[in-house]
Amino acid sequence: MLLDVRDLYVEFRTRDGIAKAVNGVNYSVSAGETLAVLGESGSGKSVTAQAIMGILDMPPGKITGGEIIFQGRDLLPLKEEERRKVRGAEMAMIFQDALSSLNPVLSVGDQLAEMFIVHRGMSKKDARAKAVELMDRVRIPGARERVGQYPHQFSGGMRQRIMIAMAMALEPALIIADEPTTALDVTVQAQVMELLAELQRELNMGLILITHDLGVVADVADKIAVMYAGRIVETAPVHEIYKAPAHPYTRGLLDSIPRLDQKGQELYAIKGLPPNLTAIPSGCPFHPRCPRAQDICHTDDPPLFRVSEERRSACHFWKETLRDA
Amino acid sequence: MPELTKEAEEATPVGDGEPILEVRGLVKHFPLTRGILFKRQIGAVKAVDGVDFSLAQGETLGIVGESGCGKSTVAKLLVNLEQPTAGEILYKGEDVTRLSGRALKAVRRNIQMVFQDPYTSLNPRMTVGDIIGEPYEIHPEVAPKGDRRRRVQDLLDVVGLNPEYINRYPHQFSGGQRQRIGIARGLALNPEIIVADEPVSALDVSVQAQVINLLEKLQSEFNLSYIFIAHDLSIVRHISDRVGVMYLGRIVEIGTDEEIYDHPTHPYTQALLSAVPVPDPAARDHRERIILYGDVPSPANIPSGCRFRTRCWKAQDRCALEVPLLAVPAEFRLTEGPAAHPSACHFAEEKQVVPPEEKPKPQPKPKPQAAPDAPPDAPPGDEEQDAT
Ligand SMILES: Nc1ncnc2c1ncn2[C@@H]1O[C@H](COP(=O)(O)OP(=O)(O)OP(=O)(O)O)[C@@H](O)[C@H]1O
Ligand SMILES: Nc1ncnc2c1ncn2[C@@H]1O[C@H](COP(=O)(O)OP(=O)(O)O)[C@@H](O)[C@H]1O
Ligand code: SF4
Ligand code: SF4
Ligand SMILES: [Mg+2]
Ligand SMILES: [Mg+2]
Repeated sequence: MLLDVRDLYVEFRTRDGIAKAVNGVNYSVSAGETLAVLGESGSGKSVTAQAIMGILDMPPGKITGGEIIFQGRDLLPLKEEERRKVRGAEMAMIFQDALSSLNPVLSVGDQLAEMFIVHRGMSKKDARAKAVELMDRVRIPGARERVGQYPHQFSGGMRQRIMIAMAMALEPALIIADEPTTALDVTVQAQVMELLAELQRELNMGLILITHDLGVVADVADKIAVMYAGRIVETAPVHEIYKAPAHPYTRGLLDSIPRLDQKGQELYAIKGLPPNLTAIPSGCPFHPRCPRAQDICHTDDPPLFRVSEERRSACHFWKETLRDA
Repeated sequence: MPELTKEAEEATPVGDGEPILEVRGLVKHFPLTRGILFKRQIGAVKAVDGVDFSLAQGETLGIVGESGCGKSTVAKLLVNLEQPTAGEILYKGEDVTRLSGRALKAVRRNIQMVFQDPYTSLNPRMTVGDIIGEPYEIHPEVAPKGDRRRRVQDLLDVVGLNPEYINRYPHQFSGGQRQRIGIARGLALNPEIIVADEPVSALDVSVQAQVINLLEKLQSEFNLSYIFIAHDLSIVRHISDRVGVMYLGRIVEIGTDEEIYDHPTHPYTQALLSAVPVPDPAARDHRERIILYGDVPSPANIPSGCRFRTRCWKAQDRCALEVPLLAVPAEFRLTEGPAAHPSACHFAEEKQVVPPEEKPKPQPKPKPQAAPDAPPDAPPGDEEQDAT
């Protein structure tokens, strides 16, 4: 196991009280594997990723419990200096918004070269050559000529590929990609996802892909973790979950995709809104929106039930949900 | 709501008779200038560069295409937020671009827009009541002052929001609820045509479905005609009767949803469709993907001949010389089938991009409890979850 997140809790101090953003997240990734983390905005996908990377805003954030076991050791007790060594060299992150995560006043070549200078102690000249090589590798046309250009001089798709180049630079064991293609057109998304998958295969990296796009998940993931209100409500191999979800929330997400045979009909819509994280409902946090909720759901918080060797569902009625699928 | 339903009564059936809106040779060029004191024009951004289409009453025309291809500019031209460089916009046969004053105002009332971003398109300092009622300031004839509050409450009810929310501010609502407010505002003047520019793109999957259902319900209730702009091709297919595919300021292919999605003949449409991830993991190993390399050229510097040729895998010499027109390609003109629809390509041919047997399987029908909104007593958007 490359990464094992165990029972992670994160809170934020906000004006309206304590926002419980992450409430006992468990997920794991092996080398060469792609885990997709799926969920609506605000469900805690990015906060979990930031905690893994060690880039959470603290304060207002606070990790109140859990372990993040990476390559056999818990990262949480480590000092910032040690975390920094892990970051970049062993794990790297790709963000949704490349323009705001690249430095606008440094050329992309300098930003890429810096990684090699800082982490590998390379000379400026060698690092620069490495930068060109990387830009080539992520298919920036005319890399040699463009290495001195600034982020705003590239298109959105190219910037995202430069972000990928930065993340890949030191050949980390784990990459976390937080909505890497959400801001891109489908044609460019296809280019970027293909590139990411290819590099992952080559380097045998673990990949955590955070997204809310069920199509992207179906396309690339080996397994899925579905998040709701800061917890994992279902984990499963990708083929199984699309065939038969074992949690009503997953079922709702899958049913809200427009399907051909539903043209002209009303789309299925999950009623209501995600909960306020300063006042998460009692019992099962999904119960106010759940079509299957019973009395027990208002009072008893469902644990992650074991559905099969590789599947878990946090629903009192997972058997019934699975059966009806 | 007597006022709102009045017009629906005399509705003509879908697709019948004259188009309600027709666009011919629509062009919008933005000048590119250099110099601060003495501006000289050094070129033009050809955002819209010759667009034709028509819209029948009660119909939905979807418009898809990559970012920057001119979709929003078309939308703004239709609602008169931009003035066209050339071309005609015929509303019930009358060229709107030639109208001014009172006549223009009367037509504008009938074509309203719903914007993409529910977070920024509503003025944060105005109450929901003022936002929805604002169009009445410009068109007081639609609702006399004393009647406005009641009408705004009716509109809130129509879009599935609690009428008691009338004095709240936009930040007190969630993204989906704000989009409902935007829709209510678009409906205020009883328009016949709604131009919706990416109305659900900023919303989460589950909330998207709520808003799409609302738009469809309103369409049948008030016999509205929609121009529906989006980049999510499956949502466009769900809601549209016909679909136009745009590339660099032009429509390159247009037809019914079946013609475009199942029988595309333009290479760009084929590439676009093949790039859409299919929410079915079983399909991933045996789909053919057409990956387009390179970026869309700048609209200030459009390639000669066929504007798609710099990314087209089928391009030949002819493509650089001759502009392909948007018409039913000769080879399909004599056939009746679904491939016979307008496609601007010299070498148009059918290519199945998503074989039918690999389409997502029909799911068991979900329970018929698709609730269009939050429970009425739920606190509206009590926290903002805009972190994505
Ligand atoms: N006021 C303006 N001045 C100059 N150029 C403009 C202006 N408005 C739009 N453009 C340019 O016109 C082209 C088309 O823009 P438009 O906003 O219509 O694209 P779009 O298809 O709606 O894209 P998106 O999917 O990103 O919303 C773009 O190149 C854009 O930069
Ligand atoms: N720096 C911060 N300060 C306060 N609250 C935060 C901060 N970062 C995230 N949150 C909150 O944590 C919750 C989960 O956010 P996030 O993980 O970004 O969601 P997503 O699943 O969309 O990535 C949200 O309610 C968000 O507002
Ligand atoms: S535990 Fe109850 S409320 Fe929660 S998902 Fe299952 S059925 Fe629904
Ligand atoms: S006209 Fe030529 S370049 Fe244009 S789409 Fe057809 S084959 Fe491709
Ligand atoms: Mg736009
Ligand atoms: Mg996020």
